[in-house]
Amino acid sequence: MKRKINFVNIKWLSFPYLLWMAGFIIIPLIMIFFYGLSSEKGNLTIENIKLILDPVNRKALVLSLLLSVISTIICLILAYPLALILNRTKLKSNSFILLIIILPMWMNFLLRTIAWQNILERTGVLNGMLKLLHLPTLNIINTPGAIILGMVYNFLPFMILPIYNVLIKIDQDVVNAARDLGANSLQTFGKIILPLSMPGVLSGITMVFVPSLTTFVISTILGGSKIVLIGNVIEQQFLKLGNWHTGSGLSLVLMIFILFSMAVLSKYDKGSEGDNLW
Amino acid sequence: MVKRLFSRFYVGLILLFLYAPIFILIILSFNKSKSRSKWGGFTLDWYHSLFQDSDIMSALYTTLILALLSAVIATIIGTAAALAINSMKKTPRTILLGITNIPMLNADIVTGISLMLIFVALNYTLGFTSVLLAHITFNIPYVILSVMPKLRQLNSHTFEAAQDLGATPAYAFYKVILPDIFPGVLSGFFLAFTMSLDDFVITYFTKGPQINTLSTKIYSEVRKGIKPEIYALSTLMFVTVLILLIFVNRRNTEKNAPLIK
Repeated sequence: MKRKINFVNIKWLSFPYLLWMAGFIIIPLIMIFFYGLSSEKGNLTIENIKLILDPVNRKALVLSLLLSVISTIICLILAYPLALILNRTKLKSNSFILLIIILPMWMNFLLRTIAWQNILERTGVLNGMLKLLHLPTLNIINTPGAIILGMVYNFLPFMILPIYNVLIKIDQDVVNAARDLGANSLQTFGKIILPLSMPGVLSGITMVFVPSLTTFVISTILGGSKIVLIGNVIEQQFLKLGNWHTGSGLSLVLMIFILFSMAVLSKYDKGSEGDNLW
Repeated sequence: MVKRLFSRFYVGLILLFLYAPIFILIILSFNKSKSRSKWGGFTLDWYHSLFQDSDIMSALYTTLILALLSAVIATIIGTAAALAINSMKKTPRTILLGITNIPMLNADIVTGISLMLIFVALNYTLGFTSVLLAHITFNIPYVILSVMPKLRQLNSHTFEAAQDLGATPAYAFYKVILPDIFPGVLSGFFLAFTMSLDDFVITYFTKGPQINTLSTKIYSEVRKGIKPEIYALSTLMFVTVLILLIFVNRRNTEKNAPLIK
């Protein structure tokens, strides 16, 4: 009897949270639908969404998709071996490794991205070094390459951490069993480690892909004014042009892509049971 | 041996990649020349003038107050919610955790815009409190996700035992549950604090013209050139955090309980 009363009490604790999430997550999202699906006169319309087919917007979306896919792949290629190595260093002072990866995030990310400007500029650090070595200088700044670099730089930790967190949880006995049964390193990796680490990989992919797809800061700082991503378009619609209906319509398109990528990924993600990999 | 050497080399390269911009920023904070691209000799001037610059100081103050308040409030709401969610049956629990995931997985720009729309629709003036509300909103999920694993490890019988022995639920919670989940609560708080400190996009959309955090201040200066005092300030902040984290980490390794999961 006592326990039952108690249970009711505890559930009430979620009340402030529910109220908060309804007020600041659910209703605001509905607002985006409301603005995105109506015209300025208040009629129901899909004109705002159709604007994505406008050549400028379409080009921005395609470029965003392209750059974020490339960045996500590069992050995965860089992060997986690193996570494997970190896992193998039997240091196991888990928090120290995480510290080193997370620490850069404590310096403001805008500043770190601006520092890349310094490195990549025509007269920047990188070209200075290349000149010293009598190598031809590179012209990276204000190209899509610079944006990819900025995305990889900013979001690489989001790929490393989930993969690492899954790898350290893999039972060493399973790996040893595979070896005892005659599997070589490559087979152990392909048949045991890779499949078991998939939840981390998938979580990493979402954590890199979504912010890359939607960024407008990295492209502003490293891409100059000529390269426009879909994030820049939306930002301008809201804050420069004050055109909330168009901005919301384009945001809805963006959300469709985010939801689609998550749906695809969660289809392959079995058994992680909503455990946070972070 | 070769393999090990290669591993070290690879880790070194990645760390160089991650830390190169930070070295650049630290060097720039000692650069006498105001221009980013040339070295004008060593100086500590920016560290002096930093404290006279009321613009930067007020942005720093706003940023820190915002991070502290939003982290505290999010920790309270989030911990309470985690306790409740943990005691729920599977279906409501899944739904609530699903909602929790929305702000974490959704794009910042969409979250920022949606919050701006609701504030404007309610005729709520954009300013400090609107940013605070926004920060609490995206911080709560981090707290919940930090506390939930600790709750799952919790032995529910101890709570019942405490009550059987005559403790009121509140007292039993304070004496039995809170000590066990405290590491999770603390790491949730620090995570929330960090996220608030580092946020730009959501602040940018919800802040209105009157206030600036460090992030939005920096962004407004991207085109005309960053004040060197900002480099000095961020170097100071970075070093402070570095020392703090090393200290916490050392204490934690002694206690064998990592702060960051």
